[in-house]
Formats: sequence, structure tokens, C-alpha cells
Amino acid sequence: MADMQKQGSQGYKRDQVIQIINSVIDRVHEVDQENLQRQLHDLKKIIEGMREELRTTRPLDIHSKHIPVASDELDAVVAATEEATGTIMDSCETIQSLFDSMDQATAASVEAEVTKIFEACSFQDITGQRITKVIGALKAIDDKVSVILKLVGTEFPGVGGAAGAKAAESEDESGDTEGDSDGRTGDAALLNGPQLPDQGISQEEIDRLLAEFD
Amino acid sequence: MVRFSLLRDLEKGERKVAVDMEMNVLIVDDYKTMLRIIKNLLAQLGFRNVDEATDGTMALELMRNKKYGLVISDWNMEPMTGLELLKQVRAATDQNAKVPFIMITAESKTENVIAAKQAGVNNYIVKPFNAETLKQKISAVLGAF
Repeated sequence: MADMQKQGSQGYKRDQVIQIINSVIDRVHEVDQENLQRQLHDLKKIIEGMREELRTTRPLDIHSKHIPVASDELDAVVAATEEATGTIMDSCETIQSLFDSMDQATAASVEAEVTKIFEACSFQDITGQRITKVIGALKAIDDKVSVILKLVGTEFPGVGGAAGAKAAESEDESGDTEGDSDGRTGDAALLNGPQLPDQGISQEEIDRLLAEFD
Repeated sequence: MVRFSLLRDLEKGERKVAVDMEMNVLIVDDYKTMLRIIKNLLAQLGFRNVDEATDGTMALELMRNKKYGLVISDWNMEPMTGLELLKQVRAATDQNAKVPFIMITAESKTENVIAAKQAGVNNYIVKPFNAETLKQKISAVLGAF
């Protein structure tokens, strides 16, 4: 990335490149080398096409629209499941308050089922944590895209933008421009759950592990 | 509801040691849903005095003023995690320094269990869990049921 920045600041600008290409094309025309002229024309078309494609893909939308929308939607999922879970548990507690009006056998059976519902409601905690991790990943993608937009914007005006530049400058200041590590150490590095299936260990394995300390 | 569970156990002869159901229990979790679930399950087991905290800092504040017989804590909380709470509880010299401490968490990696054990945890439950697992671990810690 540092090499790209260096090249960008010391190399030719876009307009200079086009000027040079046009100049070469003019001279090629004079010397009547048709094949070379055609190739240079093709090269020019490729560069212009690339610029147009970058512009039409609206990369700034990733930062200004897509990532925020995705984050908001996920936040809404967490809020909705929390509300629904609360409603379910309200109903369970209402049922529990009726135990005294039931005979003992019925109350015991209903209690067992209500317990299962409470256990199942823990999904909200797990999904909430997973969604929080996804939102964090989206933020990381947003930051990286902003850095790329800043670099692309330097060479192709109109493609990148101030938002990308701002994010990139922020990242430049922190010195965090590459690498997969999030830089956490010590106890903080232990916070990675919930693990996906087969990434963590089971309750039985945890029990065995704890027993080894005794 | 509570008495049914205990009666069933007594009838089966499974309950070996009496537990002080009046003991103060502190549950710590930043998810209201989980606090509610654990509190309800504890109520079913017969625990009547259950306090709630939404992070380690709030838990420590409660522990300064009350003696607890059991702490059940999540790990991943802000600003103070459950692991940091555990370390501070064990490092203190007050009435709660040796309180039985159960970690209930979605962190299920070996290094997490080892770190918690080294910090002084008494038992470790991985989420999602069921009422029977909670009962077993409390029993293992308090020597009851």
C-alpha cells in the first residue's frame, strides 16, 4: 500500500498519461504504423472503460449506503428478536403464575414445558452476539474500502471521495493499514465467541478440562 | 413451581445436602434476556434472593455491600468483562473473595476455560445451556442437590 502511495505521488497523473498516449498516437499516425496505432487506441479505450466502470459501480455507495443499511438492518434484527423473546417470556411467567390453580401433576408437566421455552429463549443472546460480530466485520470492510477509495480517487477523480479520504487518513494515523490481526492482546484476545460449530469445545470437554485442574 | 422440582428430587432421594435457598445469588449478564432466563431457572431451583448486574463494574458495586453465596456471570461484557470481575473478586480480601463463581459464556475455546480456571472460577457453562446443566453445575459448586 505504501508503494502504491509512493508511486501515486511521484508517477504520472491521469491527464499526463492521456496526453502522452495522444501524443504517441499522433506521431504513430504520422509514421503510418497502423498496427501500433490500433494497439494504442485499444489501450486508451481500456483505460477509459475502466474509469467508466469504476464510476458506474458507485463505490462510494459501499461506505455511504450499503454498509450503514446492512448495520441498521442487523441492529433491527437484534431489537426485534429481543422484543419477541420478551413477549414469549412474559407469557411463560403468566403461565407460571397459574400453577397454584392447577393440580400438582398438571403443574409439574406445564413447568417442564415452560422451562424448555425459557431455555430456548437463550437463542436471542447467542444470535445477538453473532450479529454484533457481523456488524464489526462490516465496519472493518467499510474501513478497508475507504482506504482503497482514497487511493483510487487520487488517480481517478470522481471515483473516490472525501469520505474515503477521511477514513483512510484516520487509518494512516493509527498505522493500521494492513494485516488480519486486530491487535488485541492478553485477556482482550480471548473474546472471540460464540464459536462456530467445531471451533470451540463442548460442555463435556469443558467438564473434563476443568477436572484436570482438581 | 419451585417446590415441585425440589419435591420430585426429594421423592427420588436425589437431594443429598441441604442448600440455603435464602442465600444471596448474583447474576451478571449484559443481555436482559439472559438475566431473565437465569433468574427464572434459579427461581425454579428454589433460590429466592437473586440480584442482577449488567456488567462487572455494577457487580462489584453490589458485592461491596452484600455477602453473596453464589455468583453466576457472563464473560463478554463492557466495560468490565466477567473474567476481570472474577480476578477482582479473587484479589479482594472482603467477604466475597471466596464466593463460588460460575462462568456462563458463549466463549467455548480451551484457552478460555483455562484462563477462567486460572483466575479462580469454580465452574464453567457454555451457552446455550439448559436447566439441567445449570442445576448440575450449581450442585457441583455448592455441594447440593
